Amino acid sequence: MKHYEKNIEYPVTITLNGVTRSAPAEARMLLSDFLRHKLGATGTHVGCEHGICGACTVRVDGVAQRSCMQLAVQADGRRVDTVEGLNHGAGAELGDLQAAFKRHHALQCGFCTAGILMSCSHFLERVPAPSEQQVRDMLSGHLCRCTGYTNIVNAVLDVAAQRQAAIIGSTQHA
Amino acid sequence: MKPAAFDYIRADSAQETVSLLARHGEDAKVLAGGQSLMAMLNIRLAQPAMLVDISRCQDLDYVRVENGHLAVGAAATQASVETRATLASEVPLLALALPWISHFQIRNRGTVCGSVAHADPSAELPLCLTALQGEVVLRSQSGRRVLKADDFFQGMLMTAVRPGEIVEEVRFPLQQQGARYAFQEVSMRHGDFAIVALAAVVSDSAIELTVGGVADRPARKRWARISGDDLDTALNDFAWELEAQSDGHASAEYRRHLVRQLGRQLIQKAGT
Repeated sequence: MKHYEKNIEYPVTITLNGVTRSAPAEARMLLSDFLRHKLGATGTHVGCEHGICGACTVRVDGVAQRSCMQLAVQADGRRVDTVEGLNHGAGAELGDLQAAFKRHHALQCGFCTAGILMSCSHFLERVPAPSEQQVRDMLSGHLCRCTGYTNIVNAVLDVAAQRQAAIIGSTQHA
Repeated sequence: MKPAAFDYIRADSAQETVSLLARHGEDAKVLAGGQSLMAMLNIRLAQPAMLVDISRCQDLDYVRVENGHLAVGAAATQASVETRATLASEVPLLALALPWISHFQIRNRGTVCGSVAHADPSAELPLCLTALQGEVVLRSQSGRRVLKADDFFQGMLMTAVRPGEIVEEVRFPLQQQGARYAFQEVSMRHGDFAIVALAAVVSDSAIELTVGGVADRPARKRWARISGDDLDTALNDFAWELEAQSDGHASAEYRRHLVRQLGRQLIQKAGT
């Protein structure tokens, strides 16, 4: 049992994109605000703050979920992955999901994109070869006002196909 | 908006949780997945003095078959039930209904017991629990009591939970021999709150239809294997009994229409 009294800041430590990060937070601080205001990780965007828009979606211990619908203290000790961790290594090279979004013009203003990418990154691990319907169902947890979703769906299906082809290719060579 | 200030206690076990609730009384509110409660905190509809977080209670994080039902502990997420490989053969209605709950990202964190404890009249899990006549296990420091779903749900966001109690477990009866199941829902967009949600359970001797989103709690009706005009009359009577209200999403007339039309479709689907 651990008791956090109100109006007092306590240290909260997470593993953010593989790096241990720590900062003080009150119990009432949302994980989304902790990421942005305490750790300076502003890649995660905040839209509605009641779980509808999906912009703030991150992965906590690998699982895609809303960072506005949980407290920073609840994530203490957890692994948190955000859009900043999707590129290859420490360089500027885009990860395959990001590259596909760029190639398919799957974003315009980009506000919703960080959350969508984090949902997709978890979803494609759980469902490696999804149907268009499954992709659309997953995307129903995100609001995008620019794209009309079609190009997002195309990008996700493209990445799924690429990854499947890579798996088949590597088995054939082996 | 941001939540108002509160004390936060991370509980490590069910026993610790109920002793905290006994000590702090109605000041304390249980937080599990938080997919309803956090939204209410953020817009300050709820301003509890204390939150007791049970999401890390290992002894409440389970989904298992025992004594003829699927038992789901208070820390188990909806996704952990949805992705259970054997779910469709164990509790077919749950396998049909779970994908209708909100979205992938919400089911990943939202809990089964939390949805039941929240008792939103349009929510899928209270509907399924009522349709299958499941049970709710309530635990306090002085012990446990087990309630039938019909006794547990008492109205809009109202349940039989007493101060000091948590919903420790919900029990969904396993598939009954010869019973067939169907689920359907209408909402503005997929994942929104249901305007009307329905579950049908059809056996060789009876038809059962349970409706959510219309009355203040899920309502179940049982008939013999009627069909044709008899079924239409029965569905019309049921639709009127629910005392549908008009609101910003749908008129009472439309809700009655959905109960009649979808009710008949669903019963035919499950019955064939």
